[in-house]
Amino acid sequence: MKNIYENEMKLEFVSKSNNEAFARISVAAFAAQLDPTIEEIADIKTAVSEAVTNSIVHGYEDKEGIVKIVCKIIGNSIIIEISDSGKGIEDIEKAKKPLYTSKPNLERSGMGFTIMENFMDDMIVESIVGLGTKVTMKKMIKKDEVREEDITEVLNQINSMN
Amino acid sequence: MNSKYIKEDKLLILEMTEEIDHHQAEKIRRKADDEITKYMPRKVVLDFNNVSFMDSAGIGMVLGRYKMINMIGGSLEMENVSTPLKKIFDMSGITKICPIINGESEIGI
Repeated sequence: MKNIYENEMKLEFVSKSNNEAFARISVAAFAAQLDPTIEEIADIKTAVSEAVTNSIVHGYEDKEGIVKIVCKIIGNSIIIEISDSGKGIEDIEKAKKPLYTSKPNLERSGMGFTIMENFMDDMIVESIVGLGTKVTMKKMIKKDEVREEDITEVLNQINSMN
Repeated sequence: MNSKYIKEDKLLILEMTEEIDHHQAEKIRRKADDEITKYMPRKVVLDFNNVSFMDSAGIGMVLGRYKMINMIGGSLEMENVSTPLKKIFDMSGITKICPIINGESEIGI
């Protein structure tokens, strides 16, 4: 049996808004080893940008703090954890609702979590008020493509029937 | 951001550039609002031809400009919206009030 490919990287940066571009470009560069399509890379960049912006705008409310990103590659999936030690979310279900924003005066659209949920295959939000928030997102790259392992498995099954 | 005003049509074209995220949105917002108050146009067209990345900050930015132009009795349209950008706009339903004209550009992210 073939070994599953694994890789990991960690990133920590100060919660300044000009690091939003740095964060999404870094994650996209790390994800590039999975040979994603242009659309898949665009999805990842947008989702990372949303989570990092949330940490900066809502978690730290523009005060200085540290945003952490841990990226893992397991097989053909990328798992991205984005966390802060900010003020946390009181009501996660409410925060996730499309168009809901706690800061309408800042022209925030309230679409951040909706975009993360739609652009990635999986998203989990964990938060403790006063301690911080962690968003974990997963995306399978090229999930529509038939994998070599699958073909081998099917061929083995056919052979065993004969 | 570059702007072009066509006096005969009272049309203001705002050409968005590079990346629209929370960091850049503030600058774009300020400049766009200055141009709108300066010309008081009947119609504003936001041109996304040179935009290489956008997240939900773009929705907030467009919605804010729509509210402003709506207040002075004008309308807002978007043009040269690439497929990744359209995906974000469509999700928010904003294209119902700020229609996309002139199709899509081929710029990726």
